[in-house]
Amino acid sequence: MTRSDTAFTPSAVQLDRVAWRRRQTIRSILVAALSTAVLGALLVFAVTGAPGWDRVRQSFLDPSIAADALPDVLRGLWLNIRLLVFCALGSLGLGLVIALLRTLRGPVFFPVRALAVSYTYTFRGLPLIIVIYVLTLGVPGLRLQGMPSVLVLGGAALVLTYSGYLAEVFRAGIESVHPSQVAAARSLGLTYRQAMRHVVLPQAVRRVAPPLLNDTVALQKDVGLVSLAGPIDAVRAAQISTAEHFNYTPYIVAGVLFVLLAIPLIAVTDWVTLRAARRQAGR
Amino acid sequence: MTAVLACQGVRKVFGSSVVLDGLDLEVAEHEVVALIGASGSGKSTLLRCVNLLEELDDGTIHLDGSHITDPRVNPDLVRRKIGIVFQSYNLFPHLSVLDNITLAPVRVHKRSVSSARAQALELLTRIGLADKASAYPDRLSGGQQQRVAIVRALVNAPRLLLLDEVTSALDPELVGEVLDLISDLKRDGMTMVLATHEMNFARQVADRVCFLDGGRIVEQGPPSQVLDAPVEPRTQQFLRRLAPA
Repeated sequence: MTRSDTAFTPSAVQLDRVAWRRRQTIRSILVAALSTAVLGALLVFAVTGAPGWDRVRQSFLDPSIAADALPDVLRGLWLNIRLLVFCALGSLGLGLVIALLRTLRGPVFFPVRALAVSYTYTFRGLPLIIVIYVLTLGVPGLRLQGMPSVLVLGGAALVLTYSGYLAEVFRAGIESVHPSQVAAARSLGLTYRQAMRHVVLPQAVRRVAPPLLNDTVALQKDVGLVSLAGPIDAVRAAQISTAEHFNYTPYIVAGVLFVLLAIPLIAVTDWVTLRAARRQAGR
Repeated sequence: MTAVLACQGVRKVFGSSVVLDGLDLEVAEHEVVALIGASGSGKSTLLRCVNLLEELDDGTIHLDGSHITDPRVNPDLVRRKIGIVFQSYNLFPHLSVLDNITLAPVRVHKRSVSSARAQALELLTRIGLADKASAYPDRLSGGQQQRVAIVRALVNAPRLLLLDEVTSALDPELVGEVLDLISDLKRDGMTMVLATHEMNFARQVADRVCFLDGGRIVEQGPPSQVLDAPVEPRTQQFLRRLAPA
């Protein structure tokens, strides 16, 4: 079907079409550039021209205070990053286990299924802050031997809540795999478990990778909530610095750092989503 | 000698429609039986029942003389002896051709990966697809995918191979390569039951043709008899409709 195109010369009609499309492309780029410049100029003018701009700049964008607050905020951010990694892995693992428990069949597993269902209902309904308070303030009050630190308990609260969401994402993925795939696997003699492990799960996880990563981006912001119980994360460090200087600049510093931290994760999510969409279109 | 497959009084109901209504069928070793009949006549349902993908509403099915539709029988052990190929191929899209074929030998029959791969490659070579071993199913044509699906079923050395409309989803020019492969299997002595719309193929490969209607076998016999000189009015009517106008 594919013949060499070396001898091909486009007709006048085709040459005209190509030239017209090129002119259209250049025009589009120019229009986009112009409208961006106009909108940007309007925004800068509106903000800097506002009557209170000088006061706002002093109390939110003071470079010397930003430099002063940065080390503390960075130290707090390091805690956020460590918590994020552990909580993301923990809730992915627990979420997958709960999703799998929900797919178990047979009367023996009724209580397990019921537990898994009530778990996802409870922890998706319960506000995260309440879970954190109960675990970090309530549980230590039991005065049990070997009580883990408040940080670990706060992390556990995050894992409990997020695995409720992730379990539902995993379950959606498992259910999206067509039953004929299970039929094909079972007809080859694979047990239910083997079919799940080697046929259903690999396809399911690939399909739900984008929403899983999206929830991880959301988790990144929520890990800071453990500071409610005492540990100093980036936002908490910024709050302390703000109180010292009577200036809000540390919050802006923390905000910028959070966005910088999120960019790689969001970029990976977009890339995975795009790849999944391309794969599906290729079918 | 006991039949490889014996169905007695098989009944299957979906909602209010009776798809199989007390069907009887025996298949001897090395025999190839073609099931023909209109859409919805129960051909596919019968094959799915034999592979225990559907539960019976009455009747029994025996494989090599042992009762397989007893609920106390482990269906996984039965399915290891039966191969089935579907109309829609149902290859695993996340696995390469070679991994599709070796999944069951390695995981179910606990064979070593190297011996399973060697056997799979040998089978692929025989059907002329050795160069596709590491390709993924979506890179293959429909005919190639269906041949891989047949090899995937064969690699477990089944006692019985069920073929469910294996050429119905294929472009006409790809049908031949799949039918050739099935003819080869017949020469090797494979016992097969196939549901088909291809009367010429049934004529070529089948030892016996069964015409299904109303959930029963209305007429059966050698292809020359059932296809060329049917006795039953319903068979005559069905074949007349198929004949090119």
